[in-house]
Amino acid sequence: MKLSGARIVLESLKREGVDVVFGLPGGAVLPIYDALYDFPGPLRHVLVRQEAAAGHAAEGYARVSGKVGVCMVTSGPAATNLVTALQDAYMDSMPIVAFTGQVPTHLIGNDAFQEADNVGITRPCTKHNFLVKDPKDIAPTIKEAFYIASTGRPGPVHVDLPKDILIKQADFDYPETVHLRSYNPTYEGHPGQIRKAAKAIMRARRAVLYVGGGVIASDAAAELMELAQLTRIPVTTTVMAMGAFPSDHPLSMGMLGMHGGYAPNMAVYNSDLLIAVGARFDDRVTGKVEFFAPQAEIIHIDIDPSSISKNIKVHIPIVGDARRVLAKLKGFLLEEGAGDPPAATREARDSWLRQVLQWQTKHPFRYDWDDELIKPQYVIEEVSNLTRGEAIIVTGVGQHQMWAAQHYRFRHPRHWLTSGGLGTMGYGLPAAMGAQVGRPDRLVVLIDGDGSFVMNSQELATIVENQLPIKTVIINNGGHGMVRQWQDVIYGGRFCSIDLSASPDFVKLAEAYGAVGIRAIKPNEVVPALEKAFATPGPVVVDVMVDKDEYCFPMVPAGGANKDMLLEKPNKEVKAKAAKSQTGF
Amino acid sequence: MQNGQGARKHTIAVLVENKFGVLSRVAGLFSARGYNIESLSVGETLDPTVSRMTLVVRGDEFVIEQVVKQLHKLVDVIKVIDLTKENHVERELVLMRVNAEPQHRTEILRTADIFRAKVVDVTPTTFTLEVTGDESKLDAIIELLRPVGIQELVRTGKVAIARGSKTARRRPEERLGKGPDAERRRRELTNQLDEQSRDPRVVGFAD
Repeated sequence: MKLSGARIVLESLKREGVDVVFGLPGGAVLPIYDALYDFPGPLRHVLVRQEAAAGHAAEGYARVSGKVGVCMVTSGPAATNLVTALQDAYMDSMPIVAFTGQVPTHLIGNDAFQEADNVGITRPCTKHNFLVKDPKDIAPTIKEAFYIASTGRPGPVHVDLPKDILIKQADFDYPETVHLRSYNPTYEGHPGQIRKAAKAIMRARRAVLYVGGGVIASDAAAELMELAQLTRIPVTTTVMAMGAFPSDHPLSMGMLGMHGGYAPNMAVYNSDLLIAVGARFDDRVTGKVEFFAPQAEIIHIDIDPSSISKNIKVHIPIVGDARRVLAKLKGFLLEEGAGDPPAATREARDSWLRQVLQWQTKHPFRYDWDDELIKPQYVIEEVSNLTRGEAIIVTGVGQHQMWAAQHYRFRHPRHWLTSGGLGTMGYGLPAAMGAQVGRPDRLVVLIDGDGSFVMNSQELATIVENQLPIKTVIINNGGHGMVRQWQDVIYGGRFCSIDLSASPDFVKLAEAYGAVGIRAIKPNEVVPALEKAFATPGPVVVDVMVDKDEYCFPMVPAGGANKDMLLEKPNKEVKAKAAKSQTGF
Repeated sequence: MQNGQGARKHTIAVLVENKFGVLSRVAGLFSARGYNIESLSVGETLDPTVSRMTLVVRGDEFVIEQVVKQLHKLVDVIKVIDLTKENHVERELVLMRVNAEPQHRTEILRTADIFRAKVVDVTPTTFTLEVTGDESKLDAIIELLRPVGIQELVRTGKVAIARGSKTARRRPEERLGKGPDAERRRRELTNQLDEQSRDPRVVGFAD
């Protein structure tokens, strides 16, 4: 059966079970859009307003659904716009397949109109990329692209499609299997190593489970819960792993790292065994590495061998899929008698848990109530209360993101979407779009900052057009709050270029796009505004005017040790010390 | 990292899919981290779908371990071998055109002969020489000929191959494993390797 290249693309997507593509047409991909016009589907196309949004939406869709997200844009500027989303997906290991159009093959390298070296540009920000030079290669390339994106450590894969290849015809025969001799991810951890890990756990008195996004990617939340409960080891999650372990569980310590809790950071510092699962020892987590778990034996379970011993020397490396390794580990632990430990061990662990609880009680995430000014943490708390932790929470990047991670009580995996590795402002709105398309049955709440929101606010049009009932809560402090906080704490209060008081009226902006806008100015207006937003069908934007002097604490100044975290707004001396120890943003 | 403690040269062989873009993937891995490849040479293997790269990079054990892992991570990379850990042979090819005025011609030819260099082009005023060898040998002939005037010089970068073992995967003695005969076979092999390393045909200058 001979089909045009464009039709082959669509047929291949259908074979991969793709039901939605986020994209924006243009010259080089027009053959695909033309083929889409009467394609017997089912294939939904969501028209974004800027190409980066297509990538972030695909990420959002992938995160909530566990499937591969797909985006499609044209050549040149469209592809370069997409780069931020690709790098974001790469850093956070999100499985997406991104298609870009390319100028016809005879013009490639010719500085043709809307030409860019797409594969050259996306090479360092994708797990793999392809330039298709023959229509008969389209189907096998797409098969490989989906396979690579979704297996091993997931990540973005980019496929560049020259226009003439989309017009030419070829036989369509979709391959059943993929064989890449050079790509063989390891899923089963080495049994000897897992046995060794089990023995280390049996020995440990002050163990900590340090859990990252890999646990969510491999759907290992249940296995993690079983392990934690069996061994009674307290759990701390990275920002990528919120929801991997329910935050109301007695063993949950919440997030660790730069803006993490006192308890997890102290627990890691004092631990004698650190079990890292699907986490990559990011610098925002470790702080100064010499002071990260200095006395601990370290077990690292990760599917990506290059993550192991990258930042911190690991004693027991286990390369494999988190879910399978944790299940096997539990089996070995039971064999070793973990269910019934000796009295001395039990006693030591009890006292460790008491210590952790003490840290938690002494320094919880907290803020001071104010009758006049809305505290941003309060807004998050109320979002958490009203949604009972059941909403899918999406954020932008900044203080609001950290407050959301600290104060929202997460209950489920795949219910938290944030730009963890790249810290992409503007991620929130398009990611929320993708999440709502992937989970139309769930309430999607975007908690955004005013600075972050304006970076992709044009996507309100997409949301309204598709009637995606996303509830956006803008934590509006009239500026780049996190930058302001750094300028205050570390740069001596020299505030430079952080004022955004010239932002538009977000209520009117929402209305201009055809959404509902609500504003809260006083603390007693917060709950009614949120209740109204959640009760109103369709997209709503709630503009919450918060206290702009509220900072995000605890905080570890970059390059500092986690144990030396600042718990509250520092005085002059502390600031001077922080400024001195500052080694870089 | 380049001048970090314990940094030394590593010769790494990388088997890759023979496809466009692979070279820049490998090179990009290094440039993205801001460090330099000292030498890189690429060519097809017996299997035309596979190319082999020989990379020379400088780094301490930690850095090299990361480099090897990152190389492995590339989808088009089939195998990575740090030859520095193996008994191996390294060679490089130099082509150079030197001034050959009448009073120097004999001296140049004698030098070429000592280094087993070949004259591949002759004009009334120049010789073009082809020399292969390890780095120190090539450096030596270049230094010797520099006084007569080297007009142009081109080096290929290193190629390297493991000695003895077929796959260059493990040291041959490691493959002997355990068992009653292993010790005897290990001794034989060690002797044989020692023998080889004394053989002027396989090691050193005079190859």
